[in-house]
Amino acid sequence: MSSRGALLLMQIAIAAAIILVWYVGSSVPIGGTYFLPKFFFSTPADVLARITKMFSSVSIWRHIYITLSETALAFFIGSGLGIVVGFWFARRATVAAMLDPYVKAANALPRVVLAPIFMLWFGLGIWSKVALGVTLVFFVVFFNVYQGVKEVSPVVLANARMLGMNDRQLMRHVYWPAALSWMFSSLHTAVGFALVGAVVGEYLGSAAGLGYLIQEAEGVFDVAGVFAGMIVLAIVVLVVDWLVTLVENRLLAWRPRATERF
Amino acid sequence: MDPGVSTASPDRAEPAVELRGIEVGFRLADATDYCAVRDVDLVIAPGEFVAIVGPTGCGKSTLLNAIAGLVSVRGAVQIFGTPLAGLNRRAGYLFQQDALMPWKTALANVAVALEPAGVRGAKAREQAQSWLQRVGLGNFGDRYPHQLSGGQRKRVALAQTLIRDPEILLMDEPFGPLDAQTRALMGDLLLSLWSADRKAVLFVTHDLDEAISLADRVVVMSAGPAARIIAEHRIDLPRPRISADIRHEPRFHTLQRAIWADLRDEVMRAYASGQAGAAA
Repeated sequence: MSSRGALLLMQIAIAAAIILVWYVGSSVPIGGTYFLPKFFFSTPADVLARITKMFSSVSIWRHIYITLSETALAFFIGSGLGIVVGFWFARRATVAAMLDPYVKAANALPRVVLAPIFMLWFGLGIWSKVALGVTLVFFVVFFNVYQGVKEVSPVVLANARMLGMNDRQLMRHVYWPAALSWMFSSLHTAVGFALVGAVVGEYLGSAAGLGYLIQEAEGVFDVAGVFAGMIVLAIVVLVVDWLVTLVENRLLAWRPRATERF
Repeated sequence: MDPGVSTASPDRAEPAVELRGIEVGFRLADATDYCAVRDVDLVIAPGEFVAIVGPTGCGKSTLLNAIAGLVSVRGAVQIFGTPLAGLNRRAGYLFQQDALMPWKTALANVAVALEPAGVRGAKAREQAQSWLQRVGLGNFGDRYPHQLSGGQRKRVALAQTLIRDPEILLMDEPFGPLDAQTRALMGDLLLSLWSADRKAVLFVTHDLDEAISLADRVVVMSAGPAARIIAEHRIDLPRPRISADIRHEPRFHTLQRAIWADLRDEVMRAYASGQAGAAA
């Protein structure tokens, strides 16, 4: 068998082992006690039943849809702002120097504390979650674009200038692709942060979305509901991550294969 | 053995490049001033192939950057009789390091060089393709730079520079990073392209054999700081030249010995003063 097949088998075995431990701990009394009491850990069968039930109703799709649209909005708005401000800072050294301490302070602030304020400003609908996601995505993209524009290879730049390019052409053929390549290298992080913003925002106060589902289940000590929500969320994240990888491979086709990503 | 007289005779056209009393200095990181080259006079006639040799760190590249307009200088830089202001629009520059845009394919890299001249789209791609063919990379247009070998990247860079049809070609140890065989082939390719429509070429190298096999004239620079031109040798080997063959000619060895006699002391001096490790 190929090593790939063997690897897949091992991966499935790990999942099976976890589920087995979970099942034994929660359903088989050992010496009269349960290792993983149902009340705190639920059981694999209950969680599976809950997930099946979730997907048998239409509303789960609405929750997924809301979370994903919050994620997408946060990603695009945050990236847009990050690109514009990143370019601005990189091309205007005085602006960058002047605002540097404020940028650092804003980035150091744990963004969760902003959630209540955003709820006050933007209400309980999707926009307070989008705002939270934007504050997370912005800094990732901003720092990457800033770095990307500042660290354009001086030789590539000098060569482009010797080819006679004016400022606009330099922007289009040198600065812009350089900045984008840095941005795309942080695509996974940025999309991940957008999703974190959406889910945390929903968790802290909303009426729809996957974060809301989990929070609601927690509120009534419905552990099966919490686990079911977490598993659905994990599946959504995996799918999104896979899509990002596809997009990334398409956009960064010019790069050598062995680029690290984080 | 003729520290040559290089002034262009008055009946010829304006010299492609004329340097008079050039001095280039830098402020170093520790706030001291460093004078890279001083009192350099150099005249390059249209269609002339001049090679500059000198010890590492002697300011050869600095001189090239001065002619390109990439660094500011004291002294007079005249291009076809006009004082140089800003970037030199009539010169093409082939860099030592990789200078291709890594996010563009070979074809796009060559085609984009036409954009400043207002040529775009299918027309630019068509011309770029024909230039890729001329440098022997007709089938490599869709490769990205990282998918090409060092020699292939140099050939793309050569096509990118030549497609603009510059009147002056500045080359900064362009084949330096390549292995010896590839370097000889690149030299032959350069000469065959150059002989088609002779441009003025200033070719910086640390490889004396390369300089002799390519150039009409070899200029020797002293060790830095404040490097200057210490000798000039006219290379009277017949053209067309094939580098693999010409290196066995007796005349080649005579020239090589003569130039090396000038160069040796400077190389030793540069080595002794620690300049050998310094960046150019």
